[in-house]
Amino acid sequence: MSQMSVVEATNAALRQELARDPKVFVYGEDVAHYGGMFRVTDGLLRDFGADRVIDTPISESGFLGMGLGAAMAGMRPVAELMFIDFSLVAMDQLLNNIAKTHYMSGGSVPVPLTIITQGGGYRGAAAQHSQMLEALLLHLPGLKVVLPSNAADAKGLLAAAIRDDNPVVFINHKQLFGAKSEVPDGEHVVPLGQARTMREGTDVTLFTYSYLVGMGMQAAEEAATQGVSVEVVDLRTLNPLDWETIAASVTKTHRVVIAHEAHLRCGVGVDLSHQIQSRLFDELDAPIQVVAALDAPIPFAKELEDVVLPSPARLLEACLGAVHG
Amino acid sequence: METSQRDEQFYRSMVRMRAVETELLALSSAGQLRGSLHLAQGQEALPAGAGAALRKDDYVTATYRGHGYVLAKGGPLLPIIAEILGKAAGLGGGKGGKMHLFDLEYGILGTNGIVGAAVGTAAGAAWAAQLQKTDRVALTVCGDGALNQGHVSECMNMAVLYQLPLIILCENNLYSEMTPLSRSHGDVNLAGRAAGFGLNTAQVDGNDPEAVYQVMSEAVNRARTGGGPTFIEAATYRTIGHYQADSGIGYRTAEEVEAWRAKSPLDRWAAKLGKRAPAIAAEEQAAVRAVFEEALALPGPDPLAAGTQVFA
Ligand SMILES: Cc1ncc(C[n+]2csc(CCOP(=O)(O)OP(=O)(O)O)c2C)c(N)n1
Ligand SMILES: [Mg+2]
Repeated sequence: MSQMSVVEATNAALRQELARDPKVFVYGEDVAHYGGMFRVTDGLLRDFGADRVIDTPISESGFLGMGLGAAMAGMRPVAELMFIDFSLVAMDQLLNNIAKTHYMSGGSVPVPLTIITQGGGYRGAAAQHSQMLEALLLHLPGLKVVLPSNAADAKGLLAAAIRDDNPVVFINHKQLFGAKSEVPDGEHVVPLGQARTMREGTDVTLFTYSYLVGMGMQAAEEAATQGVSVEVVDLRTLNPLDWETIAASVTKTHRVVIAHEAHLRCGVGVDLSHQIQSRLFDELDAPIQVVAALDAPIPFAKELEDVVLPSPARLLEACLGAVHG
Repeated sequence: METSQRDEQFYRSMVRMRAVETELLALSSAGQLRGSLHLAQGQEALPAGAGAALRKDDYVTATYRGHGYVLAKGGPLLPIIAEILGKAAGLGGGKGGKMHLFDLEYGILGTNGIVGAAVGTAAGAAWAAQLQKTDRVALTVCGDGALNQGHVSECMNMAVLYQLPLIILCENNLYSEMTPLSRSHGDVNLAGRAAGFGLNTAQVDGNDPEAVYQVMSEAVNRARTGGGPTFIEAATYRTIGHYQADSGIGYRTAEEVEAWRAKSPLDRWAAKLGKRAPAIAAEEQAAVRAVFEEALALPGPDPLAAGTQVFA
């Protein structure tokens, strides 16, 4: 084990996979010579050379389309989108093409393309640099979506994403980049589709992911002092979902809060809430609560962003509310 | 306006912009300014020259680095600074911030956080001006790197197709973030690319406000009189980092930065104005300081406003 930041762990996964498989190459804006805006690709050009680590122009639509073609032609490309917000200039490639190719080809053309990116707010980066867009990516079938909450998962999940034969979008959170924790040395792979119970509890389950896992742990800590036992489950992968872990926890606590930073409408919480109530209705003792961003673009001023984005206090309130009604 | 008067106007405009940036950088360094801060030190001649060639009712869109064009459009300083500081009295009530400045009264249709995105907005405003049979024009400012966005190519074609009263002012500062032109453009002749779409093109020393003013005036005049769109490639350089957390060194040599510092338009125009320069500079700096003091004392937005104004 080593103490690593999420940036270092992401970098370690890229190194692990570049070293392991000559088909892997990493590319994007400022990734090679500069080492990445957030240092995620630091040193890769030096250590793996210019055929494996490549700078691109600011041409997201073009280079994601090229990632698709390269993947179809036998490579395992890893494209970096500097901010997930910039995926929006490339949505046609992502959703009309990358997500659909395997299906449209009758399963004959796999697309082992990985897109690494970062999202999230809480930093005053305003409406075009603070978003969590996983729900957009999940709405259309065909993309796997992964959001690590800590360094070990960043390393393990990214390795699994690169080895996966499907297009995977791997989304770090900018607030977590510097967060250090223990990461296994050597080869480390966390299979996609496995949630992780971060804290056992008996009264209510909080399903969450990414930056809000930490907030959820804080809320659970506080709830415990008020006599409420919260189980915190980090979903880690939103597609595929780990139904086994979700169902086991709901069956244990009978109360559910789903929390995410993205907007409420048509979001992951609403979707998961439906799936839980339709599959496990008899297990539920209270309405499912969803904590999400207010449905407004992320505002710049702190006074406003604080209201729009979820807080530990809102998570706590939802957990207590689920139990006390 | 006579050249000597214009020289003073350019100098004032450039000093004002630098003073605003100096205040913002100090606040950012002290942790008192949220978000990313993209400054344009070394590039002040461009807004100064371009702004002087526009009317109040012309349109402008620009980048995250484009606050200078907002200042140069002539609107009052306080609501601009208040927005950058996230205050209720800001142009956008604190919702937009520096990357998202809008002021319909002065034709400001947005600074923009998405590279290249503002080109379409300006082209659309130019379209409206044409359809409404007015002689308004639209200016959009973009970087060298922005030309690699597909959206920009699409808009250049339509600007020519519809003969829009549009000026694309491309600030070629040789880098997109930390990547030099040579590693992002297959052909570094930016004006040539625009010419390929059929735009009128011009190249200019972007560190010379008078030259920028002249080439802009020509393009504006052409646009006003139905002569179609112009692409201006302006050679310039940011003598500061890409944003507050970038030293600007590492991917650029100290010699290169120094060589461009020596071409600073502020210094050039200070020398031109001679003995008059220090007093003008002091006056502008004091005015900016006063606006910052006033803006910093303003209240932040009411948290209840967070969910409002999503729709008209
Ligand atoms: C679509 C999109 N991709 C990437 C970015 C990140 N980004 C912000 S500024 C920038 C460089 C832009 O370079 P250029 O157009 O030359 O303008 P400059 O910053 O040099 O003024 C990049 C890549 C972005 N904001 N939008
Ligand atoms: Mg540039």
